[in-house]
Order: sequence, then structure tokens, then C-alpha cells
Amino acid sequence: MRYLNRLDSKIKQYEHGNFVVTSVDKFLNWARLSSMWQMTFGLACCAIEMMATSASHYDFDRFGIIPRPSPRHADMIIISGTVTLKMATRIKKLYDQMPEPKYIISMGSCSNCGGPYWEHGYHVLKGIDRIIPVDVYVPGCPPRPEALLEGVLKLQDKIRNQSTYKKNKA
Amino acid sequence: MNSNEIYNLLKSFFPDAVIDYKDDKPVEPYIIVSAKEIDKICLFLRDEENLQFDYLSCLSSVDYDNDNLAAVYNLYSFVHNHKLNIKVIVPKSDPVIKTVSSVWNTANWHEREAYDLMGIIFDEHPDFRRILLPDDWEGYPLRKDYKVQEFYNGMKVPY
Repeated sequence: MRYLNRLDSKIKQYEHGNFVVTSVDKFLNWARLSSMWQMTFGLACCAIEMMATSASHYDFDRFGIIPRPSPRHADMIIISGTVTLKMATRIKKLYDQMPEPKYIISMGSCSNCGGPYWEHGYHVLKGIDRIIPVDVYVPGCPPRPEALLEGVLKLQDKIRNQSTYKKNKA
Repeated sequence: MNSNEIYNLLKSFFPDAVIDYKDDKPVEPYIIVSAKEIDKICLFLRDEENLQFDYLSCLSSVDYDNDNLAAVYNLYSFVHNHKLNIKVIVPKSDPVIKTVSSVWNTANWHEREAYDLMGIIFDEHPDFRRILLPDDWEGYPLRKDYKVQEFYNGMKVPY
């Protein structure tokens, strides 16, 4: 029942259990936000913090986030670090291989806006949002694991309120 | 041996290729040699009995901002515990230097880096292409007169 309450706080439960009534949107969103498999993808020092976040102390896994080795398994990608123009071409390719629905967390100053390379970094893409759409920006250089977890929770909130059928509501 | 003694020895073997010896303190002394003979000189430095420079510590490049580029070779001998700096100065219009990757394999990647970032061309290099930047990159970023390209593969480059 605890899990079902997360699905919908006003959920209707019948006397003998076994079935509940909810909306398609709420059910799909609940499924999606509870198992956001992320693509294993680290770029720079932010990736070290991301690895710390997925290790046992901070434990990504309790939000259903499991690193996957292929973009075709993944629901989400964390752009964790400096995106060089050479890498940006590859990221676009990986992003295109991910199945819908897909979500992106931009982690750290570099992937948000170029970070310390904004002026003289001739080789750095000034913000990952120039090539792929970003759902959540996590500021920091690098962000602490708590900040990344906050970003994950923000993304879960975003997914919780989206609608499969009424596109413009989301 | 110190740099001055090495210079005199080199000068006796390569009178045309060894151009100058500079000892402007506090900068470490260095020898300027010709771009076409650098491979022969390096081979000599490596194999001569009382020189034995068996280690290329670094190969870097410089833009002097006066139409000249330079490659700087820092050599060290583990056998004799002495070191030497060599410079090869080439004009920007024709920046061609003989490779030393046949003498020290270390030079292979260092020369590719010098080409990638400074545009020095190393003649007879076995695998001559960019090492860090994408193959279709325009220009050499560490040159003083470098201008960043506006777009790369449709991505805007400046902020």
C-alpha cells in the first residue's frame, strides 16, 4: 500500500484489495519516475561526484536509478562534465539512440553553460542545451551528491506532472 | 658534460646544422639547430658514447609572434645524468621539421600534439594526423593569431 500511495495519494482501494482504480497518466508516470534507468556516461570531474552518488553512501538505487551500459536501455542521461565539441557529436549520436520517453539532467557548470571555459575554451560546447533538450539543470562545480539527488527529485516531480494524452498540459 | 661542451662537440661533427648556442641566464642554455638535420643530430646525441641522451623528456612548441615558430626538445641522459635543450626555429610560412620519432618513440605523440595545436609539420612522421582535436578542425588553437571558428558541425562555438 505504501507504494500505491506514492502512485496516487487519493487512491481508491476496495474492501478485499487486489485491485485499485487510477488514471492512465498517473500509472504511467509512476512507473516512469520510479525506474529511471540512466545511461552509464561520465565526462569529467562531475562524473566522480555522480559515481559517488550512485555508490552506497548516497545510493541512487533507492530512486530506481540503475546505470545501463547501452543507450537503448536508458530512460535518462546525466551529462556530467565538460562537453567538448568532439564529444558533443558523440553525445548527439547517443541521445538519438535512446528510446522515448527520454530525459536529460545537465550536471554542473560546464554542461549548463560552458563553466570556466565559457570565454577561452575554443574546444568546449557552451551548454549541452545547444544540441539536446535539457529537463533539469544542476548548478555547481562540481555539484555535491546532494545537489544531484535534488536534481533527480526535481526530474521525478516533472515526470509526475506530465500527461501522455494532453501534450500541452505537461 | 655541460651544454657548452656538448655544443662544441656537436659543432665539430655538424658544422652547418648547428646554428647557435645561447646562455641567457636565468633561462637554461639551449642550442639552436637546423630543421632539416635535427633527426641526424638527435640520433648522434642518443648514440654517442659520452652523450647517450636516452630520454626525450618533452617536446613542445612555441609561437614567438614574429612570424617564427619553434619546437623545443628537452633531453636527458640517465647514464651520464646530464641534460640538454635544443630549439628548432622555423618560419610560420613553411613550418616543416624532420621528425625525431625514429630516434625516440616518445616524439611520435608529442609531434602530433605540436602539429595539432601549433601547426608545425613534422616531415616523415609515421602517423601524422591530429591527436586531440577532431580531424576536421580548422586552424591551430595555440597560435597567437588564432581565431576561433564560428561554427563546428553546426554547433556555435563562441559563447
